[in-house]
Amino acid sequence: MAISVRPVSSGSALASGQLPRGTVWVVLVASLAVGLALFGLISAASGTEFNLVGAILVGLLLHLIVSTGITGAVEGRRQAMNQFMTNLVSGAFLLAMVPLISVSLTVILNGLARFDTEFFNSSMRNVTGEGGGALHAMVGTLLITLAATVISVPLGLFTSIYLVEYGRGRFAKMITFLVDVMTGIPSIVAGLFAYAVFALLLGPGVRMGIIGAISLSVLMIPVVVRSSEEMLRLVPNELREASYALGVPKWLTILKVVIPTAIAGITTGVMLAISRVIGETAPLLITAGFTASMNYNLFHDRMQSLPVYVYTQFANQGNPAFAFMERAWAAALVLIVIVMLLNLIARLVARYFSPKTGR
Amino acid sequence: MTSTVPRLQAKARLGDVLFSRTSLFAGGMILVTLAAVAAFLIVQSIPAFFASGDSASILREAGNFWAYVWPLIFGTIWAAVLSLVMALPLAIGIALFISHYAPRKLAATLGYVVDLLAAVPSVVYGLWGIGVLAPAVQPIYSWFVDNLGWIPLFAGPVSATGRTILTAAIVLAVMILPIITAMCREVFLQTPVLHEEAALALGATRWEVIKMAVLPFGRSGIVSASMLGLGRALGETMAVAMVLSASGIVTFQLLTSGNPSTIAANIALSFPEAYGTNVNVLIGTGLILFIVTFLVNALARYIVNRRAEFSGAN
Repeated sequence: MAISVRPVSSGSALASGQLPRGTVWVVLVASLAVGLALFGLISAASGTEFNLVGAILVGLLLHLIVSTGITGAVEGRRQAMNQFMTNLVSGAFLLAMVPLISVSLTVILNGLARFDTEFFNSSMRNVTGEGGGALHAMVGTLLITLAATVISVPLGLFTSIYLVEYGRGRFAKMITFLVDVMTGIPSIVAGLFAYAVFALLLGPGVRMGIIGAISLSVLMIPVVVRSSEEMLRLVPNELREASYALGVPKWLTILKVVIPTAIAGITTGVMLAISRVIGETAPLLITAGFTASMNYNLFHDRMQSLPVYVYTQFANQGNPAFAFMERAWAAALVLIVIVMLLNLIARLVARYFSPKTGR
Repeated sequence: MTSTVPRLQAKARLGDVLFSRTSLFAGGMILVTLAAVAAFLIVQSIPAFFASGDSASILREAGNFWAYVWPLIFGTIWAAVLSLVMALPLAIGIALFISHYAPRKLAATLGYVVDLLAAVPSVVYGLWGIGVLAPAVQPIYSWFVDNLGWIPLFAGPVSATGRTILTAAIVLAVMILPIITAMCREVFLQTPVLHEEAALALGATRWEVIKMAVLPFGRSGIVSASMLGLGRALGETMAVAMVLSASGIVTFQLLTSGNPSTIAANIALSFPEAYGTNVNVLIGTGLILFIVTFLVNALARYIVNRRAEFSGAN
């Protein structure tokens, strides 16, 4: 007896009214091709420059309309809505990549012009035109950030120890709340605070590196507290209890068991906190000021830092102006490289040294 | 026969006492710091409230402190709201993409890529805003003024440089995007799986799952994430100071060359040259900024803390 095979084209009941797999991708490629072709023709006809951004934009819009349209025609209104929202959500992500790529490309392309030896081994002293470097700014950033870290890490770490190991009741809750709120203090307000403290002590108009460090640590402490607190909470209670059972006092348990278990996470948190404050401009601009000369002393006189260097090169352009802009971009490149490296190292530390949770 | 057994008390060791006191002290320092920020700002800004054009030169045009600070408050809130309006839908979209659309293996990496936006220092965003963004959007602005100029927001004449409050708000939106995204992502990931699976089992499409299960669950998270973003946008300094060409007037127009400045940007621009009572006036405006952001942040945290599930979302 011959078995009759139903032709595929008629489709089973379940598969009816469904687009073949991959249709959407075909539509996407086709729409992009149409967009590119359209703008190619326009630029060829009018002799203007080829507009890649416009072509991609038109292609994506075309895809949005066409894919929604054919889904609606074949699969119905609900599926069309689903397709439409999928396109929108993916488009949102692509849109967020535009500034990221644009910023990185701009900084790299403009920054490489002065990314040379002179930039790293000279200051701006007696430089009025081309040449000059940012050594004084790098030294300043290093010293100020180091001082801010030295202030913030012990304070932040002990606060998180208090919150996790000792703090009970209303006081601990209030500190948690205030730390969260402190995370949102505008950086310029932190700068004004540090300035106001020292203006009362030493008279108005005072500018020193250490004031900048204090304003940065106001911004850094809450970040350190939050990240270390989360890491300390991850340490399993069994470890603490095993230690107590052996008669180890609480402080030694914290010092020898809890902190070593969480040290990778704490390090990551501290590095991320440093990478957050190292790019701060506003508080340093009003507390540490700016200068063209080297200054190794945190407690005396103005001190330049990299972000402020970028700003002052941009804001006080002399002659020739391009030399100032090139220095600003080069310093921005150095700054971004430092921040990215800190982020990368922090993630690597977190990945390779974090404690293995039993699961 | 004793009725009560005395409670066993551990011997107080010196190390224990030192350690617990130190951590208590550190915790207390948080309170002291916040109180000190408020106290020093208040003390330093008291002279500003009674200053006039005679005693502080930057008040000469406005006459008194409140007339001086009002356009700044307006500009600060206007720029922050504009940036939030742009960033919030985008951030929700990105968060949904990472939590519900992207392949699982890619999700963490994509989240990290979005976080990179937060790693770029604000002064670099300022350079980018002037060098790249403003020239790029200026032709679009002039198209808007020519064709949609009858809408009051887009009234002309168009700014020739593109350094308007809308450009500043776009830069701000880029800067607060990663914060809102990170928090929305956390909240969306905490949607009970059973809710989503129940919706799927009833035949819902992916968008219907999100509409019926994910978004209702995440609503308070979205609200507090946007408040945190708003707080950040209110206090953002350098990008606005560099991008915006401000003239100290109160206007809702987005595309003209007359733009209100923001408190933070005004402090950064005026502080290095300020002397005498001018410093107090600027610190006074800083105090107002501190109070506004404190309230916004406190409200956001209050909403978060009301739902204990979100405690890890930061």
